[in-house]
Amino acid sequence: MSGLELRHVRKAFGAHEVFPDLSLEVEHGEHVAIFGPSGCGKTLLLRLIAGIYDPDAGDILMDGRSILDLAPDRRGIGMAFQNFALYPHMSAFDNIASPLSAHGNSAPTEHVREIAGLLKIDHVLSHAPRALSNGQKQRTALARALVGEPKLLLLDDPLRNVDAKLRYEMRLELPKLLRGFDATVLYVTQDYKEAMALGHRIAVMSRGTIRQFGTPEEIYYQPADVEIARLFGDPTINLLQLQPEKSERGVHIRLSEVAVPLPDGDALPTGRECTVGLRPEVLAFVDADVPAAIPVTVEAETPLNEKVVSLVRTSCGHELLVSRPAGTPAPASGPAHIGVDPGRLLLFDPSSGDRIALQDAVSTRGGSTT
Amino acid sequence: MDHTSPLETIFRRVALGVILVFFLFPIFWIVLMSFQTNEQILRIPPRVFFSPTLSNYKALISGELITTVGSLKLTFMHNLWNSFFLSTTSVLVALVLGVPAAYAFARFKFRLGEDIAFTLLSIRFAPPLLILLPLSLLFNEIGLSDTYIGLIWVYQLICLPLIVWIVRGYFEDISPDIEHAYRIDGHSWAQTFFRIAVPLARPGIAAAGLLSFIFAWNNFVFALILGSADKQPVTVGALAFVTAAGISYGQIAAAIVLSILPTLALALYAQRYLVEGLSLGAVKG
Repeated sequence: MSGLELRHVRKAFGAHEVFPDLSLEVEHGEHVAIFGPSGCGKTLLLRLIAGIYDPDAGDILMDGRSILDLAPDRRGIGMAFQNFALYPHMSAFDNIASPLSAHGNSAPTEHVREIAGLLKIDHVLSHAPRALSNGQKQRTALARALVGEPKLLLLDDPLRNVDAKLRYEMRLELPKLLRGFDATVLYVTQDYKEAMALGHRIAVMSRGTIRQFGTPEEIYYQPADVEIARLFGDPTINLLQLQPEKSERGVHIRLSEVAVPLPDGDALPTGRECTVGLRPEVLAFVDADVPAAIPVTVEAETPLNEKVVSLVRTSCGHELLVSRPAGTPAPASGPAHIGVDPGRLLLFDPSSGDRIALQDAVSTRGGSTT
Repeated sequence: MDHTSPLETIFRRVALGVILVFFLFPIFWIVLMSFQTNEQILRIPPRVFFSPTLSNYKALISGELITTVGSLKLTFMHNLWNSFFLSTTSVLVALVLGVPAAYAFARFKFRLGEDIAFTLLSIRFAPPLLILLPLSLLFNEIGLSDTYIGLIWVYQLICLPLIVWIVRGYFEDISPDIEHAYRIDGHSWAQTFFRIAVPLARPGIAAAGLLSFIFAWNNFVFALILGSADKQPVTVGALAFVTAAGISYGQIAAAIVLSILPTLALALYAQRYLVEGLSLGAVKG
């Protein structure tokens, strides 16, 4: 039985329809990252589930039962808000104890201390929220969401308002912490790294619909469309407008006049332009005598700690980003050659942006396109 | 870090001094007058140094005014009690009615909501004299004239708009997420209102309560028309000092000093709520 299910949920504010028809099914105990650009309705989705707003149509079910007729206080949900939403007139302790006291737990002290210890805020429990640092506020808000051991945990971009170092720490710490709770988790984020680190599965939202729902690997290697391919990955994917050509050896594309063969696909488009997606790490510098080496000119190089990103230009004028692990040798400028792993190349329909399925390395491993 | 030059500091102090004298001197003079007899007050030129007397206060508290033409009964202490009772009860009633209304106006969009809120405010535009005649006729008809209940009811015209509009602003400043979070924690709507919204709007409620108390206390016309001697507050009661034997300035001054004391005490007490920050640090930014 699914832990949470949204069935054809529709929600509009006046003439503005945020969700035309949204469905989502999350397994019990699963952690799902909801990823999308700001304004796509991620936060509203959580608020519908929490009961702050009611959907105009459709149904929301927890453990197979509709929760729409339950008030927010009866749904058994824990939620951490993006702006923390701590009670300013209560101490951190009382903030965390709030869900327990609401349910008539008269002696919540031990439980609060335990969860505060897990989140390393046990030394500031007597402080008022205004005396807490942003990191401590965020941990207090998380503790408050977790303390009642809710069946469903809604985390609305809880790392948005903390600094980069803390965010990095929490990104490592949170999955471990959440594993200790038997809760279904919905985690809203705008940071694709957070989504990949925290979600068993990722729901990619755009303009009120879920464009793709899959594991981080599926999203990364088999993005449903060119928009998703662009959102995931740093540096961003290279996108080229190219026309695949057909020859006796199969279909290929040309980069600097060198033919790069495409794997067999269902319906490889020939004779019209396609968007070719090449992730920077799919490209590599090679020696000139390697078969199908593509001659390029290195224009610039940016070291990014663990990796180095080079900007290269093909002879036909396409600019490409090439990423390699730091410390590996490569020409810093001037002429060079790059090689492409054709199995990891992505092809998109130029008009719809949808990915065109190829017999690539991932799909032959058994994954299927969603 | 203080970057002001000595000259600037001196100028600032002088300016502050001038402002203080401008506002406080009349009050100071009234306090001085309250300790003088009518003869001392009226002599020319006036003097700052005099032998103080408590006769004015004695007359007010004992309720007997000795004038050159004989003794006169004063109901000042009873008036003071009336002022206190009418103002306090009116503010309390207005708070009970106004705070939930302010919350509704701040949080919910409902049909005619803005119109109702504006109508409440518009009551403050109209001069009270405009409604007094029909009101006194109506009150006579239904037996509410010269009753505390009638006056408290009319005082709502003063208190309710102030409370609704000031407190509404404070409720609007509270992030709705704080209330949502409390609901999701498992608390009912009423618990959220009383434990989150009201405490967080407390500075606003205190300010609105204090302001409407002062307005109610200072009201003159409603009580003059709608109340008789034993229901009248100090503002109307002070008319008694204008006697056939002349105006008793000393008693008027003493009456003023006595009648600002409750408001002053209330203002001093409520001050700490007024300056209390609203939701410091609870929400980002």
